[in-house]
Amino acid sequence: MSDMHSHSVGFVRDSVIPPAPPPALESGIVKWMRTNLFAGWSNTLLTLVALYALYLVLSVLVPWITNGVWNASNIRECREIMQGSGGGCFAVIADRWQQLIFGFQYPEESYWRPSLAFILLFIAVAPLLFSKIFPRNLLILTAVYPFLAFYLIWGGSILIPIMAMVGFGAGYLVYSKLVTNSFAAGFFGGVAAAVVVWYLGGFITGAMPGFLALEPVASRDMGGFMLNMILGVICVSLSLPFGILLALGRQSDLPVVKGICVVFIEFVRGVPLITLLFVANVVLAYFLPPGTSFDLILRVIIMITLFASAYIAEVIRGGLAALPKGQYEAANSLGLDYTQSMRLIILPQALKISIPGIVNVAVGLFKDTTLVSVISMFDIVGLIRGPILASTDWNGVYWELFGFAALLFFIVCYGISQYSQWLERQLATDHR
Amino acid sequence: MSTLTDPQQGSFRLSMLLSDTRYRSYTFQFIALVALIVAMAFLGLNLVRNLAAQGLDISYDFLSSASGYDINQRPIEYDSQSTHLRAAVVGILNTLIVAVLACVTATIIGVFAGVMRLSNNWLVRKIMAVYVEAFRNVPVLIWILIIFSIMTVSLPAPSAFRGETPTSTMFLDTVAFTNRGVYIPAPVMGPGAWIVILTFVASILGIFALRKYAMKTLFDTGRIVPTFWPSVALFFLPTLLVHFILGRPIGLEYPELRGFNFQDGIQIRGSLIALWFALAIYTGAFIAENVRAGIQAISKGQTEAAGALGLRPNRIMSLVILPQALRVIIPPLVSQYLNITKNSSLAIAVGYMDVTGTLGGITLNQTGRAIESVLLLMLFYLVISLSISTIMNIYNNSVKLKER
Amino acid sequence: MTMTETPPTLKKLQVSDEVAISIENMNKWYGTFHVLRDIDLTVYRGERIVICGPSGSGKSTLIRCINALEEHQAGKITVDGTVLSSDLKNIDKIRSEVGMCFQHFNLFPHLTILENCTLAPIWVRKTPKKEAEETAMHFLKKVKIPEQADKYPGQLSGGQQQRVAIARSLCMRPRIMLFDEPTSALDPEMIAEVLDTMIELAEEGMTMLCVTHEMGFARKVANRVIFMDQGQIVEQNEPEEFFNNPKSERTQLFLSQILGH
Repeated sequence: MSDMHSHSVGFVRDSVIPPAPPPALESGIVKWMRTNLFAGWSNTLLTLVALYALYLVLSVLVPWITNGVWNASNIRECREIMQGSGGGCFAVIADRWQQLIFGFQYPEESYWRPSLAFILLFIAVAPLLFSKIFPRNLLILTAVYPFLAFYLIWGGSILIPIMAMVGFGAGYLVYSKLVTNSFAAGFFGGVAAAVVVWYLGGFITGAMPGFLALEPVASRDMGGFMLNMILGVICVSLSLPFGILLALGRQSDLPVVKGICVVFIEFVRGVPLITLLFVANVVLAYFLPPGTSFDLILRVIIMITLFASAYIAEVIRGGLAALPKGQYEAANSLGLDYTQSMRLIILPQALKISIPGIVNVAVGLFKDTTLVSVISMFDIVGLIRGPILASTDWNGVYWELFGFAALLFFIVCYGISQYSQWLERQLATDHR
Repeated sequence: MSTLTDPQQGSFRLSMLLSDTRYRSYTFQFIALVALIVAMAFLGLNLVRNLAAQGLDISYDFLSSASGYDINQRPIEYDSQSTHLRAAVVGILNTLIVAVLACVTATIIGVFAGVMRLSNNWLVRKIMAVYVEAFRNVPVLIWILIIFSIMTVSLPAPSAFRGETPTSTMFLDTVAFTNRGVYIPAPVMGPGAWIVILTFVASILGIFALRKYAMKTLFDTGRIVPTFWPSVALFFLPTLLVHFILGRPIGLEYPELRGFNFQDGIQIRGSLIALWFALAIYTGAFIAENVRAGIQAISKGQTEAAGALGLRPNRIMSLVILPQALRVIIPPLVSQYLNITKNSSLAIAVGYMDVTGTLGGITLNQTGRAIESVLLLMLFYLVISLSISTIMNIYNNSVKLKER
Repeated sequence: MTMTETPPTLKKLQVSDEVAISIENMNKWYGTFHVLRDIDLTVYRGERIVICGPSGSGKSTLIRCINALEEHQAGKITVDGTVLSSDLKNIDKIRSEVGMCFQHFNLFPHLTILENCTLAPIWVRKTPKKEAEETAMHFLKKVKIPEQADKYPGQLSGGQQQRVAIARSLCMRPRIMLFDEPTSALDPEMIAEVLDTMIELAEEGMTMLCVTHEMGFARKVANRVIFMDQGQIVEQNEPEEFFNNPKSERTQLFLSQILGH
């Protein structure tokens, strides 16, 4: 080793250097400001421009909120009180909030019912959304919720939702007994059991129409933000099973089934929701047996559900495609048949990775429920544009009303999308 | 599979329709097909009976009859004597106009906001995050209505521009913001105008030629030819020069207040502006997220490797990051364009006469031909969606990164 | 990897007195975390230095400071007489002198192998394209994959990709090469081909700083081994001494862990 020369002598450190704090200029608030706000002249310029833009926006927004008038009976009174201080006329919200939330035909003394249903919604979805925190058997709350919510919002005898629930319960019971033999047997057995129970239950509900009845409210009386919530929740929930079926159909090896699903999905995704709402409004009736007529709200729910299920199908298809091929092969090699391998192995995993995408579709769909105002339904946007702005009292109060509607949507959608991002992070760590 | 089942050939039993892999799939497909046909037949039969009951039929004759209504924005010649078909075409053109305008604007806004969200300036990052979240989480219909209200409620009426001491004045004496729309100067082509236009086209071609020349010189000799400022100069100078030499053949016709309204110039209606900007700002928020995700998808290692080779930040961006990020960004970008086109059907909420407003709105109501109108309407959107997604698939296959 | 004898060509190599890199009293913090503490290191031209140490000891950070991929907060780094500062001109100068190979290769997936190699010479060195391509082919031959020139990185094996990465750096004709765990993302059968390429480079007298856990390589090629722990240089010595007679307890522990099985 003689070729190594003098400068590479061995070196050993015998004492450990303790960690030192960074120099003052390189740490704390000063360092933070230097790297985040004033790094170079272009960055500083950007900061100044941003500050100015912020000032422009806030100089309008702050007085609008702080000088706002909350107590007035009409817009003229509002203007008198404000005297050009640039405040907002929030009195319109104080005056009309019941209409904005519940629509103008929902009976006032029953407002507690949809409100309760709204609160219960959180309890119902919590076990679904935070499956790690809540025990599995709390999912029974989720299962009961739709019937309870129906009873609360639409009213009528409690027997109807109970019978519906019992029917589903009986169907599920029969299904779970038979499904180990064959999926087809379980499925058809379950459907048969449910139909029998509903048929028999029909006699009971028919005999006692007033049993524990709440004042019934017709579908066309639903309105305001409540209508947006109803449409959003119902259509997203209904579109999930349809979406799963469509996704499976599109992935299947059977050309006919695949063809039907592809055509449906691509058709629905290719047209705007408005045209489907037109169908619900003016066309759908032509395709139903003569003499049948059902609610506009029901027709709208059908069309929005079809719309959403096509988008959900695409999300789930992505989830199915993202599963490693080994999962399919492993399921097959265990001797599971198609329905078993899908039900037990593939779908649980595919759905799990699709949740963020499904949530995005749900947010988009919830925003799209405002489109029903175009076919003259009175959701929150329809109410603002129709009855409220047309009234002599509040004709001309635009920003406060639209701002209020925007705020409601923002709270819900931002909340959901934050949840989705949290879930995505969870999934990312799960897979590591 | 086939080697397993082949020996059984010839001994067909009915139960094999369900248990044999050869027949099973045919059985299921047959069931699906029958179910589809039954459903179609059911709907079709209902349709026939319903139509018969109301004494109606399915016919597209109404398209060739006079429409009898007026459309306020007419890219092609149209009056109330024109046919419904022509009204539909006007609507289609109006849809395309607002869609193209909104796509271009949304791309500019989205790319700007997306890049700014990755800025090293904390304040700018936060402001852009607020923009993205605020617009993504509120329905686009509400944004359309808000901007429409600004256009129709907050802007002064044309009468405010009148009199000795008008309460409003035109911006730089050229643009008038009124509640009936924005009036901008219209170009007037004098004799020789085509030479100016030709010069402009030629200088655009010149810019491309310059870039190509610069690349060639770089590859041949290693000399970098500056392109940015020469391009800018080439863009403006020759055209302006020719314009003034020829004695300004392209003039501007300024909007002018006559009577109760502005005349001359080009009127951009509030409904168009509301739709255009609301769609652009709303979709821009989504595009910003796509751009950010696309740039972030390129690993930090790429920047470091390029930096370690001595490339400067702007070259790293243009040679390494952007070519890769674009592959990630363009597919979602195009689906945002499709969303804009579909969302432009919300025009009906502000009275902009797009195809939903003409064919799906007034034509439908006047003729009562609901099925035919809605069908044609859907067909139009379907054709646009399918053709764009076909082009997208071709593009995606052509830029796919080569893998083992 | 199996060889323990230093190849005869390497023994003859002389290390000159010319200083290639000098690091004086360098400190670096991530936020308030003190990653590098009082680093002093002088590298002479022609030296082959292997840096080892447990993960999180700051060895990668140290070599990334040398070509300004990370900025240091205190101390002085001089590379080939150029003092590293935040001045872009200095950084450019140093980066064109110093080549670097990464753990995950970081080839540009949208460019062919040849384009990967010619990108920097064309845009940084302003070499005519033709000449750059000739140089690139020369170095691709040297790393023994000229036939892959028109393929894309995604079509190559990990070992081939890392050799392309080495060729890409060499195309800039660097005087110093930094290796940041070049073999730790590779399958065992590919490690040898990359190490062989690096040995060849060493034989030609390239100044090399290499963060690696390949102790066979260190024994055979290095003229100096540095052991780092907790952001400081704990021990450095000639490989013979370092491996046979480690002085510090921490070095002994580390070596027993890494060689023990």
